[in-house]
Amino acid sequence: MFDWLYQPWPWYVAGPLIGLFVPLLFVFGNKQFGISSSLRHTCATFASKTIPYFNYSWKQEGLWNLLFVGGVVIGGFLGGWVFANPEPIALSAATISDLTALGVRDFEGFLPGDVFSWGNVLTWRGLLIMLVGGFLVGFGARYADGCTSGHAITGLSNLQLGSLLAVAGFFAGGLIITHLIFPLIL
Amino acid sequence: MAHAKYVVFGILFGFVLTKAEVISWFRIQEMFRFQAFHMYGVIGAAIVVGMISVQIIKRFNVKDIHGDPITITPKDPKQVYRYLIGGTLFGFGWALTGACPGPLFALLGSGLTIMLVPIAGALAGTYVYGLLQHKLPH
Repeated sequence: MFDWLYQPWPWYVAGPLIGLFVPLLFVFGNKQFGISSSLRHTCATFASKTIPYFNYSWKQEGLWNLLFVGGVVIGGFLGGWVFANPEPIALSAATISDLTALGVRDFEGFLPGDVFSWGNVLTWRGLLIMLVGGFLVGFGARYADGCTSGHAITGLSNLQLGSLLAVAGFFAGGLIITHLIFPLIL
Repeated sequence: MAHAKYVVFGILFGFVLTKAEVISWFRIQEMFRFQAFHMYGVIGAAIVVGMISVQIIKRFNVKDIHGDPITITPKDPKQVYRYLIGGTLFGFGWALTGACPGPLFALLGSGLTIMLVPIAGALAGTYVYGLLQHKLPH
């Protein structure tokens, strides 16, 4: 009866549920759905007020967003630990074969454990993928004024041209890394 | 305590992200290799539901639970450079880490402490953007 808590959800269930967070936050809080603002609010808690980008009241503007992200951590704990799917993710055979050819061996969890591990942090590959990758997520999201949630979902939902440009950029960047850079570094 | 509801919404969101498997580095690779429909289905369906909701909110001037008009602040459409350059840099990071900001936090919650490294990177990237903001084309 509670199998659905453990099993992965198909796109036609999960996708609409994700979309519902847009009206949920508008109606219950008059808030605009987006995640990467939380990175700015976190920096604003300790950054010098002489930096204009961080000179605002993070408690007033951002506390809700930080609490939301804290909730996401707990949601990940429930979905990925307490009710973790015991089966490996049903990946496309073509992806597994492409990544195997690039040297990925561990297809068990959400990430390739042979790339993402504490032992790899100080290798060039580990630094590039985990630390530089993370840096670009933060820098790029704030430069673009939004990430997948703020632009691809909220922005496109509101038919914004700027968000369409940003999403085109997200994809261009992802394709470049996947097809030109991963063959060199993975 | 008025803010406690956001923790609940965040928990629900993190749970859905995890069950949708969109927090999987492998799913992101499937997407950028055009080898599965899953990610396109999730993001596409989310946009359709979001779009219908926003149009209803605008068309019928839906109020929030306190009776106030809902404010939807559009991003400035004239800032073309920031969307294209910032968006592309974000795309680099998305493919490298296999995670956008929401999944970074959901993965951490699922027990993958190694995600503290990309999260630290993302905070550093945000800080550096704050320092360079006025020197970058927007």
